[in-house]
Amino acid sequence: MLHTVNKSPFDRNSLESCLKQSKDGSAILFIEDGVYGALANTKYSDMVKEAMKSRKMYALFPDIEARGMQDKVIDGIKMIDYEGFVDLVVEKNAVQSWL
Amino acid sequence: MNETTGGIAMDDESEGTIKKFMYINRKAPYGTVYALEALEVVLIAAAFDQDVSMVFCDDGVYQIVKGQHTKFIDVKNFSPTYRALEGYDVEKLYVSKESMDERGLAEDDLLVDVEIVDNAKMADLMEDQDVVLSF
Repeated sequence: MLHTVNKSPFDRNSLESCLKQSKDGSAILFIEDGVYGALANTKYSDMVKEAMKSRKMYALFPDIEARGMQDKVIDGIKMIDYEGFVDLVVEKNAVQSWL
Repeated sequence: MNETTGGIAMDDESEGTIKKFMYINRKAPYGTVYALEALEVVLIAAAFDQDVSMVFCDDGVYQIVKGQHTKFIDVKNFSPTYRALEGYDVEKLYVSKESMDERGLAEDDLLVDVEIVDNAKMADLMEDQDVVLSF
């Protein structure tokens, strides 16, 4: 299953809910303001790194770049473009959007 | 209310009353329209020669991070505008230290010169204003 998160973890609890309610082996994609959850050295980095041990994480690069965060993403989170987003949606079948 | 000044009291002979206006920015750019709207309103107040200051706290600190490139999300990159504020005599930019710290950001990550202040100082600054506008 694919989970998308589009809100900043500092502003909403979407990311936390997503991490608590997703299974091992699922994919998590950070988009829009959700990309602030994919950054290193923040209050939420450790929580995300822990979840990365059992889940594959992606971030939408156009959204990262728009916000000037291209050098701050946690190592191991895969940057994808819009085509990669579509591929993930097709590959993972169901999508839960944590709005 | 004076129609031409938008309620800002103007003296007939001199430059009029100058009030302290503070604009508080708490939202990340692009995800919502708050950041862009705040910039527009700040420039209006500055045109009336008011004492303007801007605060960036919580996700608002992300508004002034360097290196924003919005070409591939089809949205205008308005971050260069923050650099132009100086030209409108908007030079008091305050950034929350606590908000920077929890995001792992340093002063060097920002695209404008700012004063970094802690929560207590921020509270004092807010208390000192005539008008506070929240975004």
